[in-house]
Amino acid sequence: MAVLQFREALLQAIDEEMDRDENVFIMGEEVAEYNGAYKVTEGLLDKYGFKRVIDTPISELGFSGIGVGAAMKGLRPIVEFMTFNFAVLAADQILNHASKIRYMLGGQASVPIVFRGPNASAGQLAATHSVAYDSMYAHFPGLVVIYPSEPDDAKGLLKSAIRCEDPVIFMESEQMYGMKGEVSDEEDYIIPIGKAKVKREGDDVTVIASGKMYHVAKKAAAELAKDGVEMELIDPRTIKPLDMDTIIQSVKKTNRCVIVDEAHPYGGMAAEAGFIIQREAFDYLDAPVRRVTLPDVHAPFAKNLFDLWLPDAKRVIDAVNAVTYRN
Amino acid sequence: MSKNKHEAIFTPIGLNYDSNGRVEKSVELPPVTKKKHKSLGLSDDDVVGMFRQMYLQRRFEERAMQMYQKGKFGGFLHLYIGQEAISTGTVYALDDRDDIITAYRDHGWGLVRGITANEGMAELFGKATGCSKGKGGSMHFAKAENHFWGGHGIVGGHIPIAAGLAFANKYKGNGEISCCFFGDGAVDQGSLHETLNMAQLWKLPCIFVVENNGYSMGTAAHRHTVGEIYERANGYGMKSAMFNGMDAFTVYENMKKIADDVRENSIPYFIEIRTYRYRGHSMSDPQKYRTKQELEEYQKTDPVERMKTYILDEKILKEKELESIQEEIEQEVLESIDFAEKSPFPEPEELYEDMFAGTPYFHDR
Repeated sequence: MAVLQFREALLQAIDEEMDRDENVFIMGEEVAEYNGAYKVTEGLLDKYGFKRVIDTPISELGFSGIGVGAAMKGLRPIVEFMTFNFAVLAADQILNHASKIRYMLGGQASVPIVFRGPNASAGQLAATHSVAYDSMYAHFPGLVVIYPSEPDDAKGLLKSAIRCEDPVIFMESEQMYGMKGEVSDEEDYIIPIGKAKVKREGDDVTVIASGKMYHVAKKAAAELAKDGVEMELIDPRTIKPLDMDTIIQSVKKTNRCVIVDEAHPYGGMAAEAGFIIQREAFDYLDAPVRRVTLPDVHAPFAKNLFDLWLPDAKRVIDAVNAVTYRN
Repeated sequence: MSKNKHEAIFTPIGLNYDSNGRVEKSVELPPVTKKKHKSLGLSDDDVVGMFRQMYLQRRFEERAMQMYQKGKFGGFLHLYIGQEAISTGTVYALDDRDDIITAYRDHGWGLVRGITANEGMAELFGKATGCSKGKGGSMHFAKAENHFWGGHGIVGGHIPIAAGLAFANKYKGNGEISCCFFGDGAVDQGSLHETLNMAQLWKLPCIFVVENNGYSMGTAAHRHTVGEIYERANGYGMKSAMFNGMDAFTVYENMKKIADDVRENSIPYFIEIRTYRYRGHSMSDPQKYRTKQELEEYQKTDPVERMKTYILDEKILKEKELESIQEEIEQEVLESIDFAEKSPFPEPEELYEDMFAGTPYFHDR
């Protein structure tokens, strides 16, 4: 096991896949000469040259569409967004074209493309730079949505995403790029899409959290353990397909569930998973499912308001206390 | 506060506005080529083939319109009638391996790229035997094996995709070029401008073609966009051209030259082809934005009639022979209606087919 930063794990995945398949290329703002806004693509230009590592103008709609067309004609583009907050400008290409073309044309074309970049908030960046989009993309048929929390997951899942025959939304976090973790040194390390991982076992409550929220939940787990509450912590890793089997199995064991989701509450992953849990595990629940999400409010800039806005370990602990009827 | 002396009128209506009773044309057609087919490098057979193709597109759509009016199928129906010289002249000028992608006025493009009348009519009827298995309908004709990538319904959405096809062609070095067609309405979309910039920056072998048929739905070109459309290429340092699209030879002559340049030098090109749409934007269009006189003016330059006259004048075919071709095509189209009617609808399981090229996944199924 090597200890790698999140960004290094991503870079390894991209490098290995570019090395393996010459149809894989990467494009986006600052990916080449600048070596990546967050240094995920560091060194790729030197290794693969200007044909396969391409700096784009700030034209999210345009270069996303070029990626879609290139994928239809047999290439495997990795399109990097500086953040998914900017991918909103490319929504027409992702939602109307990448996801729908195959179906509309009766299966005559496929779009094997990866759209990747940081998702959600990254400190005090105010309202337009702080939105978690994973649930929004998961709403649309035909899109795979991945939001890993640790370097190991990031490497194995990004390699799977690049090999996927269909469009994938691969989400990262500015605040996790420097985070270190053990990464499998297995040759050609692949993690299958759609498999959740039970990252901490416990009998008292099931907590579901992906991406940055996984780390918030993990912190809460450590605190709760001091009080003798053992959390079972599940990282779905892929938001779509969502591995409900693993989740339901855990809820049937613990009888209680809290979902931590960095989206706003309306129609998010928490709402969806919560609905399925009540339907599939109704008789096993000892308390209503709780969720910890952003409020239905935009991200504020002021530090004190931002801290109120973003879910933290305390809110997870409060929710666990509520479903376990403690306090 | 001083009173603003500028009256707030933003888009005055097109009809009779400042025209003093003149027929106000939405597009000015430049002259057509004077060259005969042989000096353009077209054989007699090519000319007959071009006529067959244009006539097929015309009759296919006229019959499709009847079927729509009879309630045989639903959805939208955007007719290409009047613009057939563009699809036909272009396809004769391009190589068969070159990529073509267009917007939702796509029936003519599909037919000229090898979708049969049967496959086309069945698609309109939403039948399993349609070119897109009944999943796309009128707006999503496609024949990928013949490098016809559709049929796309979002105005301007397919423009960057065309550049992506060209990107892949350049990446692979396969010598293929891509050709993107869209209406004058699409020139107002940001996607065009982002794409033109990148296409020129990266020297993508892609021809961007505005089929300026005078109207963005019901808004005349001079009411929705400023300046001359083809001159926009200047801002990107891109080569451009503007020519008459009511004559298949003119389209062929220009497209051939441009396609050679694009292929040889790996560059993009921006073209405005001026044409005219005889029918409404779609079937629900009452066409109150234009006069009957204007329509009649353009119908005098009809591309199908022009080709017919040429064939007879040049004695390529006798009148009888031409008539029998027309009769043959009429039969082909009538049979396609029969085929479409008798074809089965997609099986219920088809609802879930063609979503994924890899492992299928349907949430909560």
